[in-house]
Amino acid sequence: MEQVIANGLYLGAQYALIALGLTLIFALMNVLNFAHGQMYVLGGFITYTVYGQLGLPFVLALLASGVTLAVIGALMEKFLFRTVIRRSHREESTMLLAAATAFFFDAVILLIFGEKQRGVPKIVKGVFNDAGIIMPYDRLVVGALAIIFIAAFVLYMQYSRVGRAMRALAQDRVAAQLMGVRVDRYSMIGFAMGAMLAGVVGGLLVTITGVNSGIGGPISIKAFLMVMIGGAGVVGGAIAGGFILGMMESVGLTVLREYGDVTYLVIFAALMVFLSVRPNGLMGKPWG
Amino acid sequence: MTFNRNIKIAAGVAFLAIVFIAVPAAISASGRFDLYYTLTSVALLSIASAGVWLTFYIGRINIGQGAYALTGGYVSAILVVNHGWSFWLTLPVAGLFCAAASVLIGLPILRLRGVYFAMVTLVLTEVARLLALALPITNGAKGIVSIPLPGALSVFGITLIPDFATLQNSRLAFYLLAATLMVVCFAVMYRLVNSRIGKLCQSLQQNEELASSIGVNIAYLRVIAYAVSSFFGGVSGAIFAAISQSIYPSSFTVTDSVNFMLNCFLGGLGYVFGPMLGTLVLYFGWDLLFQTGQFQLLIYSGLMIVLMLVLPNGLLSLAEMTRKKD
Repeated sequence: MEQVIANGLYLGAQYALIALGLTLIFALMNVLNFAHGQMYVLGGFITYTVYGQLGLPFVLALLASGVTLAVIGALMEKFLFRTVIRRSHREESTMLLAAATAFFFDAVILLIFGEKQRGVPKIVKGVFNDAGIIMPYDRLVVGALAIIFIAAFVLYMQYSRVGRAMRALAQDRVAAQLMGVRVDRYSMIGFAMGAMLAGVVGGLLVTITGVNSGIGGPISIKAFLMVMIGGAGVVGGAIAGGFILGMMESVGLTVLREYGDVTYLVIFAALMVFLSVRPNGLMGKPWG
Repeated sequence: MTFNRNIKIAAGVAFLAIVFIAVPAAISASGRFDLYYTLTSVALLSIASAGVWLTFYIGRINIGQGAYALTGGYVSAILVVNHGWSFWLTLPVAGLFCAAASVLIGLPILRLRGVYFAMVTLVLTEVARLLALALPITNGAKGIVSIPLPGALSVFGITLIPDFATLQNSRLAFYLLAATLMVVCFAVMYRLVNSRIGKLCQSLQQNEELASSIGVNIAYLRVIAYAVSSFFGGVSGAIFAAISQSIYPSSFTVTDSVNFMLNCFLGGLGYVFGPMLGTLVLYFGWDLLFQTGQFQLLIYSGLMIVLMLVLPNGLLSLAEMTRKKD
């Protein structure tokens, strides 16, 4: 049982970090970023190239993943989403754009990195084995890093000037603009940060699970799940959703093992029931 | 008014002539019989997309049509293979089964809005795939294969539709079937949108609370719209299973659901015939780009992004723009 909980916490930390990026973009722009999983994959491949292929330090590789994705995110916001939001009659039109960019990233990743499963050497060797819990050290390191990133993100959003501007923007775009917040600039920063988070998680997880070009879509779906559980556009909700999904997955895989591969089926069914009781997730805004 | 009406009737007749006379004639003249399959797919996919469009019409983003297409395909396949039903009987049954399922699912989830509904329906597609993998009746990942071709349909001894297996050109038969259904489907849609219910649906799209406050039964309307949408999905899935004579859990996946949605967007959300045009353009575009090999997806998605930047309100908004300039 301790093992199951430890696994759940480890998974939850990763998931929460993925969900944070998605929810940030949603909160600021009302855009459901379909390409989030693909951004994760891209981050993973960049770390694979820098750390696995070129042999540079892991920290540098992680930094490269984060920075590249932040730049991509900023460009996407400036040249794609901003234009479409301005010209379109209906807000949902950004979904076509988001889906198209997801396809585009898929194509780019496939062309540059190929379709093979890629892994990198372990960052820390050895296995932690005590008190009934078995956990490789690299998982502990990655889990701890993820938690540090989450904490840093929350503190940044809470106390920095940029974070405050973004929270104002998420609350009420027009009011924020009237108070002198430069909406365009902070939308761009927010999109860049969301993309950066996806890239960083990709870079972290490539050391454990490896990466291949096909996992972008499934990762996006998981991220949507977490955001739905916690409530879209809320930082706390994304973190809670991430940990809840991680825990459910970990427990489900153990408890439901004898019934075959039904863990996600059960999770989905539970989610449907949950959402019919609480349509906005645990702490979502009352509108969609 | 009568002038406008005449134009509409003329356009309708011209469209029917193209679909049922010009296209088969052109194909048999050019000998490109593979185009039948492509066009049949376009017709079927546009039926499913029309369903998605209808949910857009009540202000919901539906990325779950793949689930109903898959369900419809399985219902038809199981009834034909395991119970020996006639395909023609399973077609409405598949549609009705999906509509019934969508009422049950829709009652709770249609309370959700915006991205919540979008995400739940996306998850629904995954649920359908996982269910097809897990349930014993669907035969798991192996799927159901060698489904017989549709048999003859006769009423009171008069053969209305011949047995597809005895036809020398079953492709043409499937094309005519799919095209007929597409025409019927869009005729129904057009009628629905231009009726009282259509106006009520539009009021849902704009403001549900306001609509509710002036006495529109919003819960009833949105379930009806969703059920019709799923009916279309189920029917198109059932025919797909019959054409390919097989159905697998991976026959309709999240990508298909997303594509149904993209078809609607591309054609234009404000136009009934948007999904048809969107499907045609996207499907043919994808096919034409096949020659570019590994760059297919790159060019396809690149073009889609450009199109979105230039025409964010869909292809049919082009006509409106030129009209405004006049």
